[in-house]
Amino acid sequence: MIASRLLAGLDLKGRVFLAALAGLAVLVPVLNLAVPETSALHVPTYVVSLLGKYLSYALLAVALDLVWGYCGILSLGHGAFFALGGYAMGMYLMRQIGPRGVYGNPTLPDFMVFLNWKELPLTWYGFQSFPYAMLMVVLAPGLLALVFGWFAFRSRVTGVYLSIITQAMTYALLLAFFRNDMGFGGNNGLTDFKDILGFNIQAQTTRVGLFVATVVALALGYAVARAMVNSAYGKVLIAVRDAESRARFLGYRVERYKLVAFTVSACMAGVAGALYVPQVGIINPSEFAPANSIEAVIWVAVGGRGTLVGAALGAIVVNFAKTWFTGALPELWLFGLGALFVLVTLFLPKGVVGTLSAWSGGRRQAAPAGVAAAPAAE
Amino acid sequence: MRDPAPRRLRRAAALLAALVALLLVPLLAGPARAQDAGAALARMATEQFAQIEAGIADLTASGSPLALPALEALADGRLYYSPDKSVFIKQADGRWIDARTGAASAADPASPKPVRLNNRVRRALEAALGSLSLMNPDPAKRLAAAEAVVKSRDAAALPAVEAALAKETDPRIRKALSQAKAATTIFLDTATESEKVAAIETVAGRGDQDALNLLGAVRERGTPILKLAAETASAGIERRLALLNGLQNVWYGLSLGSVLLLAAIGLAITFGVMGVINMAHGEMVMLGAYTTFLVQEFLRTRYPALFDLSLPIAIPLAFLVAGAVGVALERGVIRFLYGRPLETLLATWGVSLILQQTVRTLFGANNREVGAPSYMAGSFDFFGLTVTHGRLWIVVFAMAVFACLLFVLKATSFGLKMRAVTQNRRMASCMGIRTPWLDAMTFGLGSGIAGIAGVALSQIDNVSPNLGQSYIVDSFMVVVFGGVGNLWGTLVAALTLGIANKFLEPVAGAVLGKIALLVFIILFIQKRPRGLFAQKGRAVEA
Repeated sequence: MIASRLLAGLDLKGRVFLAALAGLAVLVPVLNLAVPETSALHVPTYVVSLLGKYLSYALLAVALDLVWGYCGILSLGHGAFFALGGYAMGMYLMRQIGPRGVYGNPTLPDFMVFLNWKELPLTWYGFQSFPYAMLMVVLAPGLLALVFGWFAFRSRVTGVYLSIITQAMTYALLLAFFRNDMGFGGNNGLTDFKDILGFNIQAQTTRVGLFVATVVALALGYAVARAMVNSAYGKVLIAVRDAESRARFLGYRVERYKLVAFTVSACMAGVAGALYVPQVGIINPSEFAPANSIEAVIWVAVGGRGTLVGAALGAIVVNFAKTWFTGALPELWLFGLGALFVLVTLFLPKGVVGTLSAWSGGRRQAAPAGVAAAPAAE
Repeated sequence: MRDPAPRRLRRAAALLAALVALLLVPLLAGPARAQDAGAALARMATEQFAQIEAGIADLTASGSPLALPALEALADGRLYYSPDKSVFIKQADGRWIDARTGAASAADPASPKPVRLNNRVRRALEAALGSLSLMNPDPAKRLAAAEAVVKSRDAAALPAVEAALAKETDPRIRKALSQAKAATTIFLDTATESEKVAAIETVAGRGDQDALNLLGAVRERGTPILKLAAETASAGIERRLALLNGLQNVWYGLSLGSVLLLAAIGLAITFGVMGVINMAHGEMVMLGAYTTFLVQEFLRTRYPALFDLSLPIAIPLAFLVAGAVGVALERGVIRFLYGRPLETLLATWGVSLILQQTVRTLFGANNREVGAPSYMAGSFDFFGLTVTHGRLWIVVFAMAVFACLLFVLKATSFGLKMRAVTQNRRMASCMGIRTPWLDAMTFGLGSGIAGIAGVALSQIDNVSPNLGQSYIVDSFMVVVFGGVGNLWGTLVAALTLGIANKFLEPVAGAVLGKIALLVFIILFIQKRPRGLFAQKGRAVEA
C-alpha cells in the first residue's frame, strides 16, 4: 500500500535508480558468491565492500541533498552526523568482541583496559544489544541535529553563517573525540571488530550481507526523501529555499519545516555512517574533519543538487574517481578534486543530472536554487 | 671588552674576600691552618679521601685565584698528581698545567694519577665550588650562585654568603645574597627567633615560587611565631603570584589573540566587506609563510649577513604574492559567483585544495625550516612577567597591520570607494566607481594581508602545506563573532577569544577549552546572528 504510493510518486529517474539498485542487490552477490574466482565475471569480496562503502556515501549524499537541494541549508557538518552513527555502530561492534580482545576483558574494550579504566562508562551501557545500538544510530545524530537546528533556525541563522557554524560543530566534535577522556577510543578510534549479529565480520557472506543491507538502506533513504519532497510539506520546503522571507510572510513556520528536514537528514546520515563502519572496519575522529563534510557537499554538487538521484550518483562517481586517482596518480587527486569544485560551481551549477534533465526538456523538477533563486539570495 | 682598571679593582676585591674567607676558615674547617694554596694542593696529592677533603677546605679557604680552576678540574676528573706531591690540571687538548702556579707545565708529569672522589668528598667539593662562585668575577655567575643558595638553603654556605655580602657592590646581587643569607638563617639552630622572623620577611620579598616553597617548609616545622610569620608572608606571595599568573594569562592571551587577529583580519575584508566566503584564505596565509621561507633560503645562500633583514624583505613580497593570487582568484573564479555565497564557498574550497597540492608538489609535504632573526630570540623580565621578544613582536606587528588597514579604509580614496561599494554597489557604480576593478583590488588587499600574516605565523608555527587549514575555522569564528564588516569587531573578537582561551586552558585543558569556545560562539551566534558589533541599516537586510 505504502510502497505503491511511494512508487506512484516517482519520476522516470527515480524508477531507473531504484531498478538499478535492485539490480545491484541481486547481481553483485551472485557474481561474488556463485561465480568461481577464476572467472572474469567474478567480483572479489574487497570490491563488494568498496561498493558498499560508495553506497553508504551515496546515502549520506542523499541526506545532504535533502537539506541543501530542497531546503537551501548548506550543512558543512553532515560528516558529524555520519560519524556519530558510525560511532554508535562501532560501539556495538566493540562490545561484541567480548573476551576476545588483546586483554581478554569480557566487558571493557581494549582501549579502556589500556587506559586502566575499571568500569564501563555510562555512555557505553546497552550497546551490547543490537536494537539499542540501531536506535542510537538514528537517535544520536537526530538529537544533535534537533537541538542544533532548533537553536539555529529559531534565531534565523541562515546562509553562510549556518554553514560556518555547522562547520564549527563538526570541528568541536572532532576535537572532543580526539580526547581519550571522552571514552570513545581517542585518537585510534574503534577498530578490530570481530563479528556482527553473530556473523564473522570478515567472512565473505557477511560482507555480501552488509552490501545488500546498504543497497536496501539507500533505496529506502531515497524513497523517504523523495516522498518528503513530493509531498505538500516538500513544496513548502522548496518555497523556503527559494524565498525564505516570503514563505514566512505567507504564514509558514519556516523554522519548523527546516528543523524536520534537518533532523530527518541527520538520521539518514547516521544510518549511512552505521553501514559504513563495518564495511571499512574502523571509525576514528578523523571522520569528523570539516574537510570530509565539504567533500560530501561536492558529491551532491557534481551529481546535481535538488535531484536526489544525482546526489547518490555524484557520491559514487567522485569516490570511484578518488579510489582510482589515489591509487594511480596520488599527486593529481587533490588537483582533480579542487578543479572539480571550481568547474562544477562555475559551469555546471545544476550538476550532471540536473543539466541532463534540463537538456531533455524534463523541467518538471524545480530548478536548483543556484540559478532560479539568484536574485533572491543575499 | 672590559677595561683593565675595574678588573684590577676586582682582583683587589677578590684578594680582600680571600682574606675575609681566611678569617672565616676556623668556622668551616676546624683548627686554623693558614696554609697557602700550594700546600693545600699538596695535601690533595693522595689516595686518602679524608686528606683530599681537608685539602679542598684549605684550598677554598686560601682564597687563591688558583683554587677555582683546580677545584673545577677536580670536579671534571682532570686533576692529577705525581708521586712527588706535585699536582697538575690536564687540559682538553691533553697538555698539562701546574696547578700550583697556574702556568703550563714545563715537562709532562711522571706517572700521573687522577685525584679521586667519593660521595663525601664530592659534596664537600660542590659546597666549595658554590662558595667560590659567590666570588666569581662574572656578576652573572655570582648571581646564579646566590640563587642556588636560596634554593639549597645549605647552612654550610652561610659563611661564604656572608663573606660575599660584605664585599658585593652590585645591588641586584646584594639583594640575592641577603636573601640567600636569610634563607639559610631561617633553618639555622643558632639564630634567634627575631633574626628568623626578619629572615622570613627578607625571603618573602622575593615573592616567587622558591620563597613559597621555603616558607612552606617553615610552616611545617617552625615555632608558632615563625609559623605565623611564614603564613602571613605566604598569603602575600600567593596573592602576588595569582595576580602575576593572571597577568601572564592576559599576556599569552594577547599574543594568541594577535595571531588570531592576523589570520582573521584579511578575512574580515573579503568576508566582511565583500561578503565573499573565501575558504582559500588559509592558503594565502600559507603562501605568505612559504614566501618567507624562500626569502630566507635566498639570503642564506647569497647574502648570509642580511639574514636579520629577511622578515622586513619578506613582508612586502608576501603581500604581493598572496595579493596577486587573490586578484587572480577573484578575476578567474569569484566574480562569476557574486550573489551566490554558497557556491563561492565551494569554489574557493576547491582553489584551496589546488593551492595546497601545488605547494606540496613544489616544496614537499614536510615542514620547512624558517629561522628566527636575532631580534626575535630571547626574552626580558617585566615586573616578574617573562616576555619573549617573539611574542612581543607579533603583538606589535598585528597592531601595526590593523592600524595600517584601518588607515587604508578610513583615510584613502581607495578605502572610501571600497566602503561606498559595500554600502550601495549600484549607486557607487553610478557615481563612476569601477566596481569590478575595486572588487579585484579589495580581494587582493584581503589576500595580501593574509600573506603578511603568513610571514608572522612562519615564526611560531610549522611551515607546511597544511598551515592554512589549521587557521581557517578559527579565523571564521573570529570574524563571525566580531560582526561581519567591522574591523574593530574583529580586533575585539580576536583578543577576547585569545584571552578567554588562555584562561580556560589551565582550568579545562587546551582541547576542552577550545571546544568550550566553539560551543560558546555557536550559542552566541544564535543570540546575535550578526556578531558582537552588528552592522545596522537597510544594507544589512538587502
